[in-house]
Formats: sequence, C-alpha cells, structure tokens
Amino acid sequence: MTMTSPADVSLLPDDVETDLRASVRKVLDKHAPTDRLNAIYDGADEVTAPLWSAFVELGLPGLLVPESLGGAGASAVEAAAVLEELGRAAAPSPYLTSSVVATTVLLALGDTEILPALASGEQTAALLVGAPVGLPADVLLLPEGDALYAVRGATFRPVSSLDMTRPLADVDLEGAERTLVSADATAAIDRALLTGAGLLAAEQVGVARWALETTIGYLKERRQFGRVVGGFQALKHRLADLYAEVEQADAAARYAAATLATDDADAPIAVAVAAAFCSEVAVHAAEEAIQLHGGLGMTWEHPAHLHLKRAKADALLLGSAEAHRAALAVLVDLPAPTSGD
Amino acid sequence: MDEAQLKERVGQLLEEHPPETTDRLDFLHARFDAGLAWVHFPEGLGGLGLPRGMQPVVERALYQAGAPDNDPRKIGIGLGMAAPTILAFGTEDQKRRYLRPLWCGEEVWCQLFSEPGAGSDLAGLSSRAVLDGDTWIVNGQKVWTSSAHIADRAILIVRTDPDQPKHAGLSYFVLDMHDPGVEVRPLRQITGEAEFNEVFLTDARIPDSDRLGEVGEGWKVANATLSNERVAIGGGAFPREFGMVMNVAKTWRERPELRTPETHERLLRGWIDTEVARITATRLRQKMAAGVPGPEGSAMKLSFARINQQLSALEVDLLGDDGLRYDSWEMKRPTRVDFFGKDAGYRYLRAKGNSIEGGTSEVLRNVVAERVLGLPTEHRVDKDIPWKDLPR
Repeated sequence: MTMTSPADVSLLPDDVETDLRASVRKVLDKHAPTDRLNAIYDGADEVTAPLWSAFVELGLPGLLVPESLGGAGASAVEAAAVLEELGRAAAPSPYLTSSVVATTVLLALGDTEILPALASGEQTAALLVGAPVGLPADVLLLPEGDALYAVRGATFRPVSSLDMTRPLADVDLEGAERTLVSADATAAIDRALLTGAGLLAAEQVGVARWALETTIGYLKERRQFGRVVGGFQALKHRLADLYAEVEQADAAARYAAATLATDDADAPIAVAVAAAFCSEVAVHAAEEAIQLHGGLGMTWEHPAHLHLKRAKADALLLGSAEAHRAALAVLVDLPAPTSGD
Repeated sequence: MDEAQLKERVGQLLEEHPPETTDRLDFLHARFDAGLAWVHFPEGLGGLGLPRGMQPVVERALYQAGAPDNDPRKIGIGLGMAAPTILAFGTEDQKRRYLRPLWCGEEVWCQLFSEPGAGSDLAGLSSRAVLDGDTWIVNGQKVWTSSAHIADRAILIVRTDPDQPKHAGLSYFVLDMHDPGVEVRPLRQITGEAEFNEVFLTDARIPDSDRLGEVGEGWKVANATLSNERVAIGGGAFPREFGMVMNVAKTWRERPELRTPETHERLLRGWIDTEVARITATRLRQKMAAGVPGPEGSAMKLSFARINQQLSALEVDLLGDDGLRYDSWEMKRPTRVDFFGKDAGYRYLRAKGNSIEGGTSEVLRNVVAERVLGLPTEHRVDKDIPWKDLPR
C-alpha cells in the first residue's frame, strides 16, 4: 500500500469505462424513464424489477466480484461509473447497497457462500448499518459487536420515504434464520462503508450533472421579456458557479474511486473529501434546478423533484457531510475543540 | 538534436566559460549565443528550435554546475509576455535587438495595458498615439503596472485610430521607459505597499520601427500576450494543504486555545475546498497532456479567488486579538509579493485582489457561461460604433 497523490492516478475515463457507461445509460433510458419513476410515489412500482433484470444481463451485480466467484473482477472505478449513471437517472436499484456495500463486506471476509448469488444478481443483500435502505433484500448482514451474521427470512414493512427511489422498510427479525459469517468483521464493515461513501459521491456527481445540464438546456429554450432567459446575467452567474462546483465534485469523486480501486492508503482522506463535497454539490445543484426552472420546477411531471429527493436522501446516507468532515479532521490532524474549552 | 547532444552542448558551454571564473553577464551572453537560453526559440535568438520540454535538461545541468541564472522572477513579464509576443509579431531586426538583453536581464520589461477607465473592458482604452513623421507621440495614463519603476522597456497598447470601432483602432508598441515623456508613480494599495505603479505618458516618443504588428492590429497582438499570461499562470503541481490553508492549519495545530466549533467548521470546509481544487487542477493538467481541451481554467480561477478570501478571513478571525496586529503600513515597492512572510491581516487584505486581478470574477463568470456553457452573450452596444462616438 502506498500513499498516492492525484498526480499518480488517472482522473480521466478510459475506453472500458466509457463503454460501460454507454451500456448502463442505454438500459436506464429504456427501463427507468422519468415518467415511470413518478409512478413509484403512487405505489405502482413497475420499474425496479425489470431494471434489475437488465442490470443482471449486463453483469453489473458482479462487477466488483472476482471471476472465480462468478463476477467480472472490475474495480471501484467501473462501479463509480455505474453509480454516476444511476444518479443521473435517479433510478431505483439495489446496486449500491447490495452490489457495492454488502458485496465489499463479504469480499473482505473471504466469503464464498453468499457472494456467487449476489454476483449473479439472483439475490440481493443489505448491510444493516444506519438507515436501513435497499430493502427488502434476500440476505441481511447484521453486525453485532465484532461479529457479522447473515439473516434470511426477515419480515419487511415498507415505509413511505422522502426518496421513493431509495425504498425504506422497517425490519422484523423475529423468527428469521441467522448464521455467523464472521466473528471479527469490524475491519470489513469499515472497508465497506468507506467504499460505499466513496462511490456514493459518484452517484451524487451524476445527480448534480443531470441538474446542471437540464437547467442549462431549459434556460437556452425558455423565453421571457422577449429574450432567452439564459442570457440574463443573474442566471448566467449562478450557472457558472454551479458548473465550477460540479466539475470539482467530479474530480474529487474520481480521485476517491481511484484510491479505492488500488486499495491506496490515501483512500480514507480521498473519500472523506469527496463525500463531504459531493453531497453538498448534489443538493445545491438539484435546488438550483428547481429554482431556475421557475414554476415548472415545482411540478410533478418535471423530473427535477426526483433528483432533489435523491440528492437529499443521498446526503443522509452513509454519513452526512458534517460527519465526513469530522472524520477528515481526525485523519489530517485538525482536531475539533475540546469540550469545556 | 537529441538529449545527449544537447547535454554535450551544455558541457561545451561550461568548458569554454567556467562559471567560477566567468563574469555573470558574460556567461549569460554566452549561454544565449549557444542557443541554450530557451531551447524552443529559433537558432540565433537564444534557442535551437527544440521542443519546449527539453529545456529542463539544460536547466538541471547548469544548476548542477553552479552556473548563474538570469533572475527569472525579476524579469518574469519580459520572459512570459514580451518575449513570446516579440517572437510571434516582431520583425527580424526587433527580435535581434530585444530578445538577448531581455533574456539576460540587462533590460527589465513591464506591460502597459490597463488604464483607469479600461480594466475589464481593456479594448475601451483611451491612451492615444499620433504619428508625427516616423515617430509616434503618445499621451495617456496606464495603471496596475508591475515593475514599471525598474523597467527599461514596456509593451504598450494604445489607440491610434479613434474613428474605428474600439477593437480595430488599437496598435501595439515597444516603449523605452527612459523616454522623458514617461513618468512612473507608485500606486499605493489597500495593504499599504505599492506592488504596482501608475504610468503617465506625456508626449512620449516611439519610433515607428518599435511598433509590433500592423497599425490597427494591436488587439490581435495583445490577445497573444494575454494568452501567454494565462499559460504562465497555469503552473505546476500543488502539494496537499498548499497556499492559504497551510497557514491556517499550522496555527490551528499549534494553538489549541484558539479553537472554536465555528472556526473548526470553516477550517474543514476550506481544507476540503483546497484539496478538491488541487485534484481538479491535476485533472486539468491530465486533460491537457492527453490533448483534451479542458474548459475548467476560468472556473479554477473563480474557485481559487473564493477559497483564498474565505481562508484569509478565517485566519484573522481565528487569531482573535492577535489578528489585529499588522506588520507595517510603511509604503514599500516590492518586485514580487510575499504573502506568507507577513501577518494574517496582510493576506486578508491582499486576497481581496484575487477576484479582481487577471479578470474579475464577474467577467470570468460571463466567460464560463458563454464560452463553456454556451449561454447567450451579453448585449454589446459598443462593438461596431466608432470609438470616438461611444458615450463615456
């Protein structure tokens, strides 16, 4: 393990990533168009299952899993590309919870029992830490002390959530079957949460990029006072600032993914930076999209609300920006004031 | 010529002019004449027509041999802005006259572009030059001129035809700063010191043979100079915790009694913003190296200006009572800015200029919105009207 700096890794997409991104986008365009996403909020989910089937066909659930266990043996950089596209589409999918977080825990623990089913996409899993998202799942990974248990047969009661593209559920473990995965899982769980937070930043970049591009497109079309609205300096300046934010978020997320891909010693710092930064940029971009679309931004039929809900939910998932800044403070020796000072 | 041959040439220079026994200026002359000043310049003009990337071979070898350098900080404007412009637009005679003393540091250059009435709207400048026989007579005032008080020559842009629209009536000259019509006065700033000067031109005389480019094409020549300025600002790789955040972080670590939750939040945000800007700058360099044009340059300047201002303000706040101390209000005329050798108050005040110098943040936001994002351009009323008819 070496201490990398941004100059030592590529922050530009290669051909593999570009091809992967194009395939994922094509599937999302087909299976997760925004008019259908709205239906999720009215209780008629016809999106998640067909979309997951399409992901399975592409082999995405096993992207991070070695070929020996039925996966593709790809790295965090490719997973980040998938997540960026999921954010751009605000698409519902257990990809982050099952194929990234739960998969990383099991990989770190050397599991060979559960992983093949996750890699093939036949089953999904969720790590029960913090807000229980990605539910229902076939396998729940439940930490207790230093140990980690696999739980099957739990009862799920769906919860109406702020972001219905990230379903929530209350979980009842009564009567569920539990088996020990590892008696010493703390490091594996930390690693999975680090990976999850780092790659969630890529999803947040996708949300932000969608918001920026859609808003620019709208402001080039919309006319008021006899002019194209995008020519008003008050709006141009806001978009220029937002562009700078999104470009920087993109660079930060790429660096985080690159350090995760190489298991670099700099990953904890890179992830804390990307997670804190990208989470605020995504929310800001989605909020700007609502405001700059005017009344249209407040309507149900315009997809801006889907992205705002996703950005806000993402900002609370796997650690708030404030929590990531606090983690960074420890990592780079900028300690918080001692209480009582 | 390959690297080995280039090294051989450097060796030959050192052999014929041993640094320890050769006069500094004699050595620099010999280095220039050997084509080792800037290897990407043409032969006979201090170069060998080699790729720019081979220059470090020369620099390393000469540094190791203890050879004198040409004090590049002191002559930065000449090297970075005047020289490439002269190379692109100068006559053969001009190149031969100007480049050698410029590179050797015998003649310091400054740049006379900005005016009190023409800052962001540079093409709106009103200094005038009128042709009298084969000599131009120049009148007007320039401002924000670094090094004018030590300069021997200036690159100058002035209006030569007020009947043309503003961009079309400009011409570009080389001015002798020792001309009796040139008066340089220090321009004292918010910090108390005078990094820059005002330059008053009263019947200053320039022979027509000192014009760069055609009459009326000064805007084109000036743009070449300004694009060289932007390349020069591009710079190298930054270490983690560089610039303003370095000072604040050091104080934070050394003086725990100053810490508050509010300043902690501001420090961490500033640290993250700085780190993200560093990663973005790295990606921009990778894009340029890969031949992908990166449009982030203007956006980067916006970010750095904001970060510097926020962190320099934090530094003063963090220091509390100590933040009220100030080094000295004595007017000095530095040839380069020393940010980090001074009190926090100096950095706070000087950083206010970061969102103004080299393009205000407001103008840069327009540039980003129009050139990068493709939004409609500002309505321009002055583009096709003769300059003399513009309301002022």
